[in-house]
Amino acid sequence: MSEPKFNNSLVRWIDHRLPIFTFMHHEMHEYPTPKNLNYWWNFGSLAGIVLVIMIMSGIVLAMHYTAHVDHAFQSVERIMRDVNYGWLVRYIHANGASFFFIVVYIHIFRGLYYGSYKAPRELLWMLGVVILILMMATAFMGYVLPWGQMSFWGATVITNLFSAIPLVGESIVTLLWGGFSVDNPTLNRFYALHYLLPFVIVGVVVLHIVALHRFGSNNPLGIDVRGNQDTISFHPYYTVKDAFGLGVFLILLSAVVFFLPNSMGHPDNYIPANPMVTPAHIVPEWYFLPFYAILRAVPDKLFGVLAMFAAIGVLFILPWLDRSPVRSATFRPIYKIMFWVFLVDCVALTWLGAKPAEGIYVVLSRLCTAYYFFHFIILLPALSIFETPKSLPKSISKPVLDPDGGGGGMIAVPAAPREKA
Amino acid sequence: MADDNDGTTRRDFIHVASVTAGALGAACVAWPFIDQMNPAADTLALSSTEFDVSGVEEGMAVSIVWRGKPVFIRHRTKKEIQEASEVQLDDLPDPQADSDRTSRPEMLVLLGVCTHLGCVPLGQSATDPKGEWGGWFCPCHGSHYDTSGRIRKGPAPTNLAVPPYKYISDSVIKIG
Repeated sequence: MSEPKFNNSLVRWIDHRLPIFTFMHHEMHEYPTPKNLNYWWNFGSLAGIVLVIMIMSGIVLAMHYTAHVDHAFQSVERIMRDVNYGWLVRYIHANGASFFFIVVYIHIFRGLYYGSYKAPRELLWMLGVVILILMMATAFMGYVLPWGQMSFWGATVITNLFSAIPLVGESIVTLLWGGFSVDNPTLNRFYALHYLLPFVIVGVVVLHIVALHRFGSNNPLGIDVRGNQDTISFHPYYTVKDAFGLGVFLILLSAVVFFLPNSMGHPDNYIPANPMVTPAHIVPEWYFLPFYAILRAVPDKLFGVLAMFAAIGVLFILPWLDRSPVRSATFRPIYKIMFWVFLVDCVALTWLGAKPAEGIYVVLSRLCTAYYFFHFIILLPALSIFETPKSLPKSISKPVLDPDGGGGGMIAVPAAPREKA
Repeated sequence: MADDNDGTTRRDFIHVASVTAGALGAACVAWPFIDQMNPAADTLALSSTEFDVSGVEEGMAVSIVWRGKPVFIRHRTKKEIQEASEVQLDDLPDPQADSDRTSRPEMLVLLGVCTHLGCVPLGQSATDPKGEWGGWFCPCHGSHYDTSGRIRKGPAPTNLAVPPYKYISDSVIKIG
């Protein structure tokens, strides 16, 4: 890797003392990236940009918001009605949260399809799961802040999950509340943490990127980069591609912010919180629905809560459940089908989470929950043994530059990954 | 350096001793930072409520606030008391006799918080669904409670809690 030459003498002066320009050149400019990435690879950088949008809009909202049970609801209404462009900033922030989850869920399923969690990217994947959990905590506490009916009862139900812990559960819930129910102390601490956690997420995102740049991106073929002929520099090729994807994303976000701003919210949250009346049908935000469906599918309180946390926790050990040496589903005929079945299962759980917990919905929730865990715990380890993968191309360039000899034999053992110089 | 027989030194000891002292000190300082999250003194001071039950007529139910949570007070009918007391305890997920849940059988006092995940069950007003056992029904996750507030069906693990209360006069109860 060559040392960059900077023409500007001030840049040279700074870079000699603080090599920040060299760093940026290595990691964002010449950073060698597989040349066959498709558009599913846009969603990583897109998620990073949405995080920035959320932090910027959130800091603006914090300047107008009052974290007190007597004033929170009114201060949000004041943002909507009186603060200049307050409605715009709040709708960007509220819908931005939904879009953040859409982007991140696509990013995760991209990783599942192309086996991006496999060696040597296990820690990269696990850091991603940490980011997902932090996002969920942040989104949950943010939803409490407007102090509407859904805010209050969402907070009550979710904090009560911890009461399922044997012996110390009730004490933990009291500790979380700072009182005997969700009340002003709860709102205050949620506000403090909602402001803090996004910056913790930024920290973990930095680690995520450090881990990513160790071996570079996976790619649609799921085979290792063999040399310079397999890569192109990040700038301008992927900066441009990511910018184009960002443009498309912003059109979609704007369409919802300006024309359907409440489509992903719940009307009950425009009713001020009332600790005496639970809304007839409480549902979490859509991005929690699959986990909510799993919680309700189990008839026992403690095991329901455990199943819900296990549904996320199982992602941590995914790299060791799927032992197939082939990463990309393109070359795994059975896994390719089971991936789509699993995706349908997750969509079904999302749908069931929004339905009342009665009749056929309970039965379907149980079936879908069972399948969710079957996929990870039984199917993936079994496929690693019984599935015969298709033959892998010899390199990323080979099928393009030399179509006749491109097929190659089965690669049983991936060659030593190329380390970044 | 003084060196005793098994190779450990006085310096090893001072390392372990200082790290231990530091860790203990950190643990002591951590406690105030954890305990500050527990209920504050003014929150604890608001922890009792008085209520005159003489206005609650037979078949009627009222909800009052205690510690920010609803308390259900239900003046039960003869039929409801009979149903509650005739149940075989073996049929109950959380067995408890009706007589152990009230100090006066006609006046049932319960914490109106579902023991599953803390929603307020329906059943206080005449038009509410009361569940399959005529008591309360939690709409959030479908728990059914009987006319003694005992869990009969659904995900809730225990009966509706009876708050600590006593009659301070013939008709006034003090909760908390």
